[in-house]
Amino acid sequence: MDNGLTRALQGLGRQVNSRIWRLGFASRFFLAIMLHSGTSLRRIHLTIREIYFTGVLSLIIIMVSGLFVGMVLGLQGYDTLARYGSTEALGVLVALSLVRELGPVVSALLFASRAGSAITAEIGMMKATEQLSAMEMMAVDPIARVVAPRFWGGVIAMPLLAALFSAMGVFGGYLIGVQLIGVDEGSFWAQMQASVDFRQDILNGVIKSFVFGIIVSWVAVFEGYDAVPTAEGVSGATTRTVVTSSLAILAADFILTAFMFTGT
Amino acid sequence: MNLAGIPGVNMSQESLVEIRDLNFTYDSRPVLTGINMTIPRGKVVAVMGISGCGKTTTLRLIGGQLKPTSGEVRVGGQVVHELDSDGLYALRRRMGMLFQFGALFTDMSVFDNIAFQMREHTDLPETMIRDLVLMKLHAVGLRGAHDLMPAELSGGMARRVALARAIALDPMLIMYDEPFAGLDPISLSIVGELIRKLTDALGASSIVVTHDVQESLKIVDYVYFVSEGKIVAEGTADEMKHSTVPYVHQFIWGEADGPVPFQYPARPYGEELMERAARRG
Repeated sequence: MDNGLTRALQGLGRQVNSRIWRLGFASRFFLAIMLHSGTSLRRIHLTIREIYFTGVLSLIIIMVSGLFVGMVLGLQGYDTLARYGSTEALGVLVALSLVRELGPVVSALLFASRAGSAITAEIGMMKATEQLSAMEMMAVDPIARVVAPRFWGGVIAMPLLAALFSAMGVFGGYLIGVQLIGVDEGSFWAQMQASVDFRQDILNGVIKSFVFGIIVSWVAVFEGYDAVPTAEGVSGATTRTVVTSSLAILAADFILTAFMFTGT
Repeated sequence: MNLAGIPGVNMSQESLVEIRDLNFTYDSRPVLTGINMTIPRGKVVAVMGISGCGKTTTLRLIGGQLKPTSGEVRVGGQVVHELDSDGLYALRRRMGMLFQFGALFTDMSVFDNIAFQMREHTDLPETMIRDLVLMKLHAVGLRGAHDLMPAELSGGMARRVALARAIALDPMLIMYDEPFAGLDPISLSIVGELIRKLTDALGASSIVVTHDVQESLKIVDYVYFVSEGKIVAEGTADEMKHSTVPYVHQFIWGEADGPVPFQYPARPYGEELMERAARRG
């Protein structure tokens, strides 16, 4: 019994220890990316290529999801507001829900699954097939040439995708609320315009999506670079990217919301 | 026998790579112990041994991807592990490496793979890069394949493209990690011939890490045999063919049993069976 307990405690200690080490490696890796960012941003075509792969190719899933989330908000929002006789506030409810929370968070979760996993798999496979080693042997730093452009591509694409998600969501809410249910169109837009504050609501939403972009891109490139160079290792790293970045997005969202919107 | 015995090599000739008393330990397990090697300029030297004996580690130590636990590797007179990252990268620009399965960049065409280093390290105009790339591809017989993607190449073609990429900047040292692994007989002899011809044409030195005896002995000037992280024999190809060292003999003639045992170390089988029978009662 004692032995079993000791073994369990040892196992727990090992797990905690290895997580702390990994966090340390990830932090050093983040610093290395920052140090090499100048080189990769000067060769902007590398970053633009990654914005295309992570941003443009994620447009379909982001826009369709935004539309449906907005439509659901329209239905649910109308149902709730009707109980209080304030259905004309539907535009405000849809817009605030989207720009403050759902836009940044849901688009970041989708981005982690669609683009984050792809970045991890690509870098992991490059490691497994010795492409990163080959690059090193050609005197080209893989962090500057492969990792930093992917990181910045993700960081730049994320706020743009979140903005498109929110815009499509507002359009979805309009379709359901105004076109289908018959909420007054003037009230829908006018109240939205009057109640959504640029700095407090929109800018904070953009800051959130920027932070989520850093989180997803950092986790994705680190997991890829740190992947065990086998098929199983790359598959495990891809899963970890989605799980870790999703949890980190939700935790960061709570912290950011607590700072940004408490007391307003 | 030492390097002075190779035709065309004398000991006064400056050697390009010198490895002295090299030890490398990984996770407190010795991988290489007391390695001494000399790679003369303009020669092809093979490092042979069974899988996992430390051959590839030797290449990584020469390329500065690993640091030795003790001892030193000198390339062109510079101690590799003492170089800072700028010095190491400057040295690597004068090296070429062919990886075991080519390691071609899968998101680039054959042309772009070979142009990669030229674009990264030189300011050459695109027209000149084009001429140089096609020249390198012509040397490996694949000029007509410059538009193909790596996924469209056969194993042998991919290895030849990787070879063209390794010589893109006319290196002074070319390292080959298992260049013959998994190739059909025709590709095997093409790659072997190319290694020899390119080394001679460029005046470079080549280190071939391999366990392909027949093909490599045809093209190399000197051979080091490595077993369990130590050099157990060295000499010219002819000397190795007639070697009486048991390990070399077993390796060259492909004998199933010998100093390298057929069985992975384990308790005697009889003892294990008896114990199992006794446990069953």
